[in-house]
Amino acid sequence: MSSNIAIELRNITKRFGSIIANNNVSLSVSKGEILSILGENGSGKTTLMNMISGIYYPDEGSILINGEEVVISSPKDAFKYKIGMIHQHFKLVDVFSATENIVLGNEDKSLANIKTAEAKVTEISSLYGFDIDPKKKVYNMSVSEKQTVEIIKVLYRGADILILDEPTAVLTPQETEKLFSVLRRMRDQGKSIIIITHKLHEVLSLSDKVAVLRKGEYVGTVETVGTNESELTEMMVGKKITLNIERSAVENPVKRLEVKHISCKNREGVQVLNDISFDAYGGEILGIAGIAGSGQRELLESIAGLQHLTEGEILYNNPKTNQQDNLRDKTPLQIRDLGVRLSFVPEDRLGMGLVGNMDIIDNMMLRSYSKGKSLFLERTGPKNLAAKIINDLQVVTPDATTPVRQLSGGNVQKVLVGREISSSPKVLMAAYPVRGLDINSSYLIYNLLNQQKENGTAVIFVGEDLDVLIELCDRILVIGSGSITGVVDARTTTKEEIGLLMTKSKAAGEGV
Amino acid sequence: MNSYLKSKRGSKTDPGQKYKTKHEPLIHITKRTSVSKMAHLGYTLIAIAVALVFCGLLVTAISGIDPIKVYVEMFKGTFGGEVTKLKSYHSVAILLAISLAVTPAFKMKFWNIGAEGQVLMGSLAATYVMLKFGPYLYESMLIALMFAAAILAGMIWGLIPAIFKAIWNTNETLYTLMMNYVATTIVGYFIMVTDKSGHNNLGIINERTQFGWLPRLFGKPYILNIIIIAVVTVIVYIYLKYSKQGYEISVVGESRNTAKYVGINVKKVIIRTMAISGAICGLTGILLVAGTPTPSMNPDLVGGQGFTAILVSWMAKFNPLTMVLVSFLIVFMRDGGAAATDALKIDASIGDVLTGIIIFAIIVCEFCISYKINFRGTKKGENK
Repeated sequence: MSSNIAIELRNITKRFGSIIANNNVSLSVSKGEILSILGENGSGKTTLMNMISGIYYPDEGSILINGEEVVISSPKDAFKYKIGMIHQHFKLVDVFSATENIVLGNEDKSLANIKTAEAKVTEISSLYGFDIDPKKKVYNMSVSEKQTVEIIKVLYRGADILILDEPTAVLTPQETEKLFSVLRRMRDQGKSIIIITHKLHEVLSLSDKVAVLRKGEYVGTVETVGTNESELTEMMVGKKITLNIERSAVENPVKRLEVKHISCKNREGVQVLNDISFDAYGGEILGIAGIAGSGQRELLESIAGLQHLTEGEILYNNPKTNQQDNLRDKTPLQIRDLGVRLSFVPEDRLGMGLVGNMDIIDNMMLRSYSKGKSLFLERTGPKNLAAKIINDLQVVTPDATTPVRQLSGGNVQKVLVGREISSSPKVLMAAYPVRGLDINSSYLIYNLLNQQKENGTAVIFVGEDLDVLIELCDRILVIGSGSITGVVDARTTTKEEIGLLMTKSKAAGEGV
Repeated sequence: MNSYLKSKRGSKTDPGQKYKTKHEPLIHITKRTSVSKMAHLGYTLIAIAVALVFCGLLVTAISGIDPIKVYVEMFKGTFGGEVTKLKSYHSVAILLAISLAVTPAFKMKFWNIGAEGQVLMGSLAATYVMLKFGPYLYESMLIALMFAAAILAGMIWGLIPAIFKAIWNTNETLYTLMMNYVATTIVGYFIMVTDKSGHNNLGIINERTQFGWLPRLFGKPYILNIIIIAVVTVIVYIYLKYSKQGYEISVVGESRNTAKYVGINVKKVIIRTMAISGAICGLTGILLVAGTPTPSMNPDLVGGQGFTAILVSWMAKFNPLTMVLVSFLIVFMRDGGAAATDALKIDASIGDVLTGIIIFAIIVCEFCISYKINFRGTKKGENK
């Protein structure tokens, strides 16, 4: 065995109850190499990496570092073996500066000195091409800067093996490119990098090798040079599939929703929406693009009657009465009582859209249980609806009385979307409806949205994958820091154009 | 969820001495597959049986008394004779009633630990009406007024923290707990001003006239109480499982965000549910005073059952029918333990020890049903 191999996993198996998260996974990364771990959500990528970084302990198998078998039973052990993980959710102290965060938690006295640390941070930055101000406070940083701090943090501790969990999920295309060039430079300096992702084009542009996982099983490792998107998809999904979204032309658009100059503040009093105006038309899919946390959630919640607006109004053109109803400051119940047919698939499926501990039937009732004068629940309607959705959308579940928490992510979303569509809405809002879903379920959801559009519903789709937004939507509204930074025609725009719009107001906002 | 306990190993990193440690952690815990309801019940019963055997051995070790004898005495002390049996059923019923009262609130994740005070206020209201209006009202009117007053008093005692929670999001645990002390003090004060003899109790209320004493059914005490509580049990079961309001309670308890999303008025549900919770406490309060053969009132009337009820409700996983069984178990351990220690002349705290062991066994059993403990060395498929 050549000594060039930095880390090797042999026959790793990890179970959670009856669920096998990883089954007999073996892979290795050499020094100066970038390995992508590719797989759909739920395929066991993060579990595998958590075992390397000491968060979980494998049930079977062994881990070798530099050819020696090791036991990593805590993050501290991982650090000892020079393994550093950059998690999807950053673990930084907001009120500390970059350097303070980097130094934090070092037991070694020589590393804990804040004065020498600053010089070292600058040195690391210039070595790999990071762009960071060591004195900047974290709360003043953009998402991409925070990520940079996390990466420098592990490098500062001397990590030779870096694991990045979905690092591009929160970045714009431009920021992603910057990150990749840094990673390439790190590889050239002899570091080993493992990057978890499910985006094929990133895999192809960045990595040397790709290891594919499917439902916990290790499918194989291929050289990036000799592969292509369709081969990787096939490895990931297990069968050949053709993926395309059939976008129909917009026919007879009807102005359904007029959002006029709305602004709102969150609980801490921070302005999260700033003078937003747009119209949504029946028979059209309106996409909303933006960096995560730019006000997408608040915007949809404002329309759904869950946010208090400081300014502006939301007008609904009611086809029943031919009148305009103002939805501002109305509760979801009042909105429903006006006869407004509004459906909302929220981002937080189990925390808002559904009740995880209730079964499918009881979740069907959430929207409709209060109908009628009886004191008691009527369960036959919801039961039939549950059966219909399970059948129509091919929900994989033992039966309709299974708690939705026990279903997989894709099936949870089918239940939620199925319920929201079942009331034949005039406005359908969906926030990140395919997040965490496998490829087949994602396309099923896209098709459902398209069907609604063809039925004349005004669909508002908040997405994160720009490729999908461009393929699925008719118009795309770009927001940055709570303001609209542009509206583009999805048929003619480019990813780069949207990417630039996403960051536009951020620069302007910082000057204030 | 997965966690493990770290093995005892030097945490100091020594770069010179590399990769020497090779053993896996001593213990690590993994989650099990879900078990069927019948198996679950079976395991629980086995756990209780094992605990009972262990308790018997412990008693023998401490006092040298034959464990079988202890259990015989415990049984005699609770379900032995006609009178003790009826009394025990009544104890079960009262504990059950308070457990039922806290359950809707708990299902809503509103930690009402103020049942003690709510029951006490109900008792106080009933006592007050008995004393004040006894001579002036027809018996039926008097009793109706007592029920109304008791239920209202319990309800108010539950509503105060609920309103504060709904509007200002105060901490309901502290609030309801403190309301207990207030209730105890009010009762103490009431007794002091009513009874000038300074005995700190009112003796038997309306002993001579029997005004406001609840009627005996079939010539026996307690029967009416037991029937009322049986009816309440069924009503609470149906209310939680089949009514729209019960559904709202579940939704609010599981996720406030979901509740808001579907348009449930969370504040209203909190206030309404606590009104119900308090009302059942108030109802228990009147039964505890006027439904006994010797109606009396003192600040310690509830005797901590407001807290025991929390345990019952949780152990039964908020299912009113299971609560019946749990209440039986608790009463058997508590009253039976007391009777046995009394009869066998052993220290009274042995009874508490036994109760503790049984409850501990059930909790351990619950844990073992959900999780599996893996020890070092049991790993399959070892390399090399």
